[in-house]
Amino acid sequence: MRRLVRVAALLLACSPAFATEPSEMLKDPALEARAREIGRALRCVVCQNQAIDDSNAEVARDMRRAVRERLAAGDRDEAVMAFMTARYGDYVLLKPPFKPGTLVLWLGGPLVLLLAGGALLLAARKRRAPEPPAPLSEEERARVDALLRRDDA
Amino acid sequence: MIPELGHFALILALAVALVQGSLPFVGAARGDIRLMALGSTAALTQAFLVILAFAALTQAYVTSDFSVANVVANSHSAKPLLYKISGVWGNHEGSMLLWALILALFGAAVALFGSNLPDSLRARVLGVQALIGVGFLAFLLFTSNPFERVSPAPPDGNGLNPLLQDPGLAFHPPLLYLGYVGFSVTYAFAIAALLEGRVDVAWARWVRPWTLAAWCFLTCGIALGSWWAYYILGWGGFWFWDPVENASLMPWLAGTALLHSAIVVEKRDALKSWTVLLAILAFSLSLLGTFLVRSGVLTSVHAFAQDPARGLYILGFLLLVTGGGLALYAWQAPKLVSNALFQPVSREGALILNNLLLCTLAATVLLGTLYPLFLDLVTGDKVSVGPPFFNATFVPLCAPLFAALCVGPFLAWKRAEIAPALARLRIAFAVSVVAAIVAAAAIDGRATLSAIAFGFGVWLIAGSVTEFVVRARRGRLRTMTRAAIGMTISHAALGVVVLGSVATASWQVEMIRTMKPGETAQFAGYGVRLEQVAPLQGPNYIAERATLTLTDGGKPYTTLTPERRLFTVQRRQISETSIHTNLLRDLYATLGEGDATQGWTIRLYWNPLAPWIWLGAGLCALGGFVSLTDRRLRVGAPRRSRPAVQAAE
Amino acid sequence: MNRALFLLPLMMLVILAGFFGWSLLSGRDPASIGSVMIGRPAPALPFATAELKSGKPVLVNFFASWCTPCLAEHPLFMRLKEREKATIVGIAWKDKPEAARAWLARLGDPFAAVGFDQDGKLALDWGLSGVPETYLIDAKGIVRLHFRGPLTERDLGTILPLLKAGS
Repeated sequence: MRRLVRVAALLLACSPAFATEPSEMLKDPALEARAREIGRALRCVVCQNQAIDDSNAEVARDMRRAVRERLAAGDRDEAVMAFMTARYGDYVLLKPPFKPGTLVLWLGGPLVLLLAGGALLLAARKRRAPEPPAPLSEEERARVDALLRRDDA
Repeated sequence: MIPELGHFALILALAVALVQGSLPFVGAARGDIRLMALGSTAALTQAFLVILAFAALTQAYVTSDFSVANVVANSHSAKPLLYKISGVWGNHEGSMLLWALILALFGAAVALFGSNLPDSLRARVLGVQALIGVGFLAFLLFTSNPFERVSPAPPDGNGLNPLLQDPGLAFHPPLLYLGYVGFSVTYAFAIAALLEGRVDVAWARWVRPWTLAAWCFLTCGIALGSWWAYYILGWGGFWFWDPVENASLMPWLAGTALLHSAIVVEKRDALKSWTVLLAILAFSLSLLGTFLVRSGVLTSVHAFAQDPARGLYILGFLLLVTGGGLALYAWQAPKLVSNALFQPVSREGALILNNLLLCTLAATVLLGTLYPLFLDLVTGDKVSVGPPFFNATFVPLCAPLFAALCVGPFLAWKRAEIAPALARLRIAFAVSVVAAIVAAAAIDGRATLSAIAFGFGVWLIAGSVTEFVVRARRGRLRTMTRAAIGMTISHAALGVVVLGSVATASWQVEMIRTMKPGETAQFAGYGVRLEQVAPLQGPNYIAERATLTLTDGGKPYTTLTPERRLFTVQRRQISETSIHTNLLRDLYATLGEGDATQGWTIRLYWNPLAPWIWLGAGLCALGGFVSLTDRRLRVGAPRRSRPAVQAAE
Repeated sequence: MNRALFLLPLMMLVILAGFFGWSLLSGRDPASIGSVMIGRPAPALPFATAELKSGKPVLVNFFASWCTPCLAEHPLFMRLKEREKATIVGIAWKDKPEAARAWLARLGDPFAAVGFDQDGKLALDWGLSGVPETYLIDAKGIVRLHFRGPLTERDLGTILPLLKAGS
């Protein structure tokens, strides 16, 4: 039941489109650009997979305002992110931090590539190792190729 | 009465599918031609029955028969006809019926066009196809009956989610399902081959058209979904790495890998067990996507009404289909040996590299999509994996893929030299470097990564063109197969997609401001004037429509009319964007909140090369369709007489 | 070795399916975002310093008069106050003070202190995502429990022991 209510609330809160309003924006274009950048990296805590920058939920609006307040007060970008994670946890970061819990996430892809690539190279080397005792002469190869080609056509 | 007929047709279809999923196997094992032939008859009958059921549900929607629960929940009498029809698959039950319909149609297609297949193989393919059908039909009948009645019938329905009332989204699911379900044929071929213990050149040729067709549809489906997101979400984003998007990307990546590895089987009789595995995985990933969308294990903007009981059913089905296939694979695949030898630097080697990278990409998407679930279950920690993660992991992996993509076609089979291939690509390389430098110089230095990505897009196009020119110079144009032409188109089209996405994502220009009627502004070299914001009455919504006139050097250029619609039945607001395109850029406008005294929030975007994303995707699919018309596939009834030629090396 | 390699895809599927089954059967709510506040000292509430420092467990409830689920959980708070003598602090979120006061006057006021958070700043410090949300602060001022969405009978089972433990 609680879940149903929440889902209904979500649907009402999260119709797409209306996000950052002109009234929220900072006068200083450089600061505003940083605010937008941060806004795109923070996840709305009400909507699904939306950044606060493109969410029209009430909380997302408050978070956008807080980001701008911190920036106007002279905070660095990291400090603003830290301000948010202190309140909402790593959940608000659309790019998960690199830490023990996310090692598999970050290294999984490269690991697949390394393991599979390494195995393929090993296999290729192994296959090449036992050279056939009598390698074909150029002439023989040409004949075989011609035969193969005829066969393909 | 008609809904009951539809329900009855579904029950009959299930019975027919049960027959089709059993007797042809017996026939194939015993060599009984009559039992094997039963497969084709049953496939056609099953398709007829499911069409009947689908027509019955469509009829209920079109006539707004509110005694059917499904219609009540998802339709409304005031809805335009197109959305009454698309409403049929705009919900869980109806979309499952559409899935079953496409599955049955593919079965019928195999029965109709599979006359060149050996009887036993066709019987087994149809048998496997029918077993999948049994799963879906039973799922429909026992957990998600679309024909359920309500009594008394309410006077009107609840209406369809306004987000789905859109021409783009009306055709997005059918195309997507044509792709997903098309891979079921490939899967069925793989299982049949494993049962027969035989994968060879002929098999690869038989599978190819089905894989190609599925891949083309999936490409179109994904592109249409992305286009929909682009114009509906109101700020010009086109890919959000949402779980549902990822669910469609994974089978696409696996299917692309399959298309390439199957070439090696076809030409060189190698990579057999790997190709069979990919054929199983492409369909399994399609099923996984269905599971993710409907089970409620993940949250997503697009997810259907979620129900754990249905989730368990699909999970069981997924386990049965994928697990059964993979178990058979573990048992039979070791027997599929290939003696074709080749050097690492060769066409085969290049295609293996392609597969390695594509599969790593798919694994990255899978891991990113499911990681929040894993971590939550194991440690209870909540994390979000969003676009910045994928930009940091997925995109870099594309670089080696794209770099190698243009080189591969220049490598000979079996053994090749890399230097001559690179020498041929000199000009293409120079052109792309210049393009990257120009892009970096034209835009501020901060966007260097984007400039490099832009260079990669140019490289893909230039490299593909080079390959075509080299062929033409050798006078091989006339003998060039449609498959080769299709490849060139698709590869170049990928470059077009890359250029479009990089340019839009990196160099978009934005203006957000409050405007009152009569007010003017400057935007991306155009003069903008808000003429008026007027109320508007739609068929099932009320709207506010802004009229923005754009002038270029004082002369009238175009008018943009973004709307904000309020759907009265659901009381939901949807923003209707207005886009002016000249194929090189989109001018994109949305109307935000406001009133006459305060003014309205107007958002304007200049999206450079944005149309190329979907143009490129369309071209990419077109390349696939061109390849599909290849003579070898149409006429090509490869006979399976000769034993596999063993290449001597 | 080779045989094992061919079994690998199947094994990965089994692991994957295991996770899915676990997720479905555990009744996990994928929309839950948890709260990092648990185990930390409660953020300050200027209007209720006395209540938070009373050395007794305190319930902190964010609500609003426009919020329908808040209506659903309201009787539970009345009961907690009257029967269990619980100290409850209420914060009206994004609500006009008059509207919130009228709402409480109409339905009954379970709160020892009521604050108003019209601009949502206070809520941000608590890591709030919407209303209603409820936190349980123990006698030492540490956040112990967090509920997103309306409180239900079932939640009382976890709240009551902790409420009693401190007093």
